[in-house]
Amino acid sequence: MADLLVLDGIRKSYNVGTPVETEVLHGIDLVMKAGEFVALMGPSGCGKSTLLNIVGLLDRPTSGHLFIDGKDTTSLAEAALTRLRGHSIGFVFQYHHLISAFTARENVIMPMLVDHGRPDAPMERRADELLDQVGLGKWRDTRATNMSGGQQQRVAIARALAMNPLLVLADEPTGNLDTASAQGVFELMRRFNLQRGTTFLVVTHNHDLAAQCDRIIDLVDGRLTGDRRIRGIDRVSRPG
Amino acid sequence: MRRWLTFAWIAALRFLSEGRMQTGFILGGIAIGVGVIVFMSAMLTSVQTNFTNRVLTSQPQIQLKPPDEVARPLRRDDGVVEAAIVQRPTQRILSLDQWQTVLSSMRARSDIVVATPSVSGSALAVRGDASRSIGILGMEPDDYFRIVRLPDYIIAGEPSLGTDDILVGIDLANDLGATVGDKLNITTGPGGSRILTIRGIFDLGNRGANERNTYVQLRTAQSLLNLIGGVTEIDLTVADVYAAETVAQDIGAVLPVKAESWIVTNAQFFTAIWAQTLSSLLIRSFVGLSVAFGIAAVLIVSVLQRSKDIGILRAMGSSRGKILRIFLIQGGVLGFLGSLFGSFMGGIALFAWYRLARQANGAELFPLVVEPSLFLFSALLATITGVLAGMVPALRAARLDPVEAIRG
Ligand SMILES: Nc1ncnc2c1ncn2[C@@H]1O[C@H](COP(=O)(O)OP(=O)(O)OP(=O)(O)O)[C@@H](O)[C@H]1O
Ligand SMILES: [Mg+2]
Repeated sequence: MADLLVLDGIRKSYNVGTPVETEVLHGIDLVMKAGEFVALMGPSGCGKSTLLNIVGLLDRPTSGHLFIDGKDTTSLAEAALTRLRGHSIGFVFQYHHLISAFTARENVIMPMLVDHGRPDAPMERRADELLDQVGLGKWRDTRATNMSGGQQQRVAIARALAMNPLLVLADEPTGNLDTASAQGVFELMRRFNLQRGTTFLVVTHNHDLAAQCDRIIDLVDGRLTGDRRIRGIDRVSRPG
Repeated sequence: MRRWLTFAWIAALRFLSEGRMQTGFILGGIAIGVGVIVFMSAMLTSVQTNFTNRVLTSQPQIQLKPPDEVARPLRRDDGVVEAAIVQRPTQRILSLDQWQTVLSSMRARSDIVVATPSVSGSALAVRGDASRSIGILGMEPDDYFRIVRLPDYIIAGEPSLGTDDILVGIDLANDLGATVGDKLNITTGPGGSRILTIRGIFDLGNRGANERNTYVQLRTAQSLLNLIGGVTEIDLTVADVYAAETVAQDIGAVLPVKAESWIVTNAQFFTAIWAQTLSSLLIRSFVGLSVAFGIAAVLIVSVLQRSKDIGILRAMGSSRGKILRIFLIQGGVLGFLGSLFGSFMGGIALFAWYRLARQANGAELFPLVVEPSLFLFSALLATITGVLAGMVPALRAARLDPVEAIRG
């Protein structure tokens, strides 16, 4: 199976060139195959979010190379990174999941709208389809602010999948939810992973959830200290 | 979501309608500002148009007069000045030299619309015990009334003149206790006196003119002022009233006459107009500036409030340019909507003013000149102001680091 993500000696320092310059990631080497469902674990402050932001092209590494689907992103200009991010990567965040001014359906449409410029019927159909799949078909015209945390996170997952991305990055997506909702949201992601072959990289502190992944990566103080494969991936290749 | 709107418009309009309080208050602020600007502009145009019309229709735009008489210093043959101190001679009433030729050459010019001769001088109007010193002006009514719209200002009687008739101002008529049909004894130094009948009374809207100006037939004035066959001036109107001074200088250079344009004789009027225009421009600019600051302040707050949304949108693949556009559009929409409400408010204020502010007799103070272009222009200006005011907040939003925004 193809390497979807290759990290080669990724380092990240904050406050570069100042007396308080600190290196947070000390040379990360990592390969993720297409279709993998990977948990990223580690103590608070070890650099998980920093790593996710770099993989998600929101931030640039101080040194090292990042290949997405075989393409070296290090040399890309900002506009190209933005486009690649919009097309290839979906995000699910712990806090502030949705844009509060919009309804559930509009939130799911948003990434497609950003890409195409104008709303159209296929976008709406796709959004409704995704909302049905996350079990919120009836809630599509509800404002984000009027939904529970679990519901918002389901909409966020639908939104992350709207552009049919290669990779979904989730930074503690269940960190704010009660155990039952957390399990529900997790299963939803897992189901999309199995059905569509979308690759997931999920930050979590929850060992029960991590145990349900294909692979667990441990990050401690900016270094990878563990990489356990729990189960093999033997899935059909991603649908187009 | 409206199908025909683009992403930036959809987001901009939604952000505006979400922050209902902020949007409402700033729209109110913009509307008041634009309302004041619309009201002031319409007033200024009306007042100035009205005054300019009055000035233009109550006096010739150019007057041709005989050149001033000057005394030259006495010189000997060898050039030595013998009497260097020269007293200015008294200016007699003189006929314009060769006035028939001057008149026909004026009528031949394409930049001159009307040219007509007139005779003016001073006299004493006597009725019973009362007497007043007056100026009399003799002219040919058909042409002269095309220059000075006297018929428009007639408030009693009619503007038709026989050789023994006279038109007088309302204040002179009151001073002499005379009305239409009454007779006045007009006496001049050189020409003796004549009895003239008042055919019409006018109101030029100016006390001095209403007390002193009187109008008679050209022949009547010629005989009263002992200038048979002569005229003291030729009155002109020109095609382009604001080019009057250029035309006057041109005439003065070619012909042996003194040409005075209304622009020179009304220098104070122009200074007043200019001062009025300038001060109103200043006020309007500062109102516009405070509107711009208001828009910018509201949008800056909005950027801060929505920084997480902006971060999410950036993570979804919106470029900095698109984020910039969202806030510029908000500025423009605020400016435009505010100007619509403001135009409406300004319109209502103008209407109310027009209904309430009346002369003592109930007549309008002056006609309101409200052009549709004023509203179009203020809407355009307000929209541009809004976009410019949105510039700083929009740049701030576009520069936002998505990582910071999402984490914060
Ligand atoms: N913008 C920044 N400037 C300076 N230091 C930063 C910045 N962002 C993160 N850090 C530091 O980098 C380190 C790693 O932060 P990061 O947010 O990646 O940790 P994390 O593993 O996600 O922690 P948590 O589990 O609490 O979310 C922390 O020590 C943090 O203080
Ligand atoms: Mg984190």
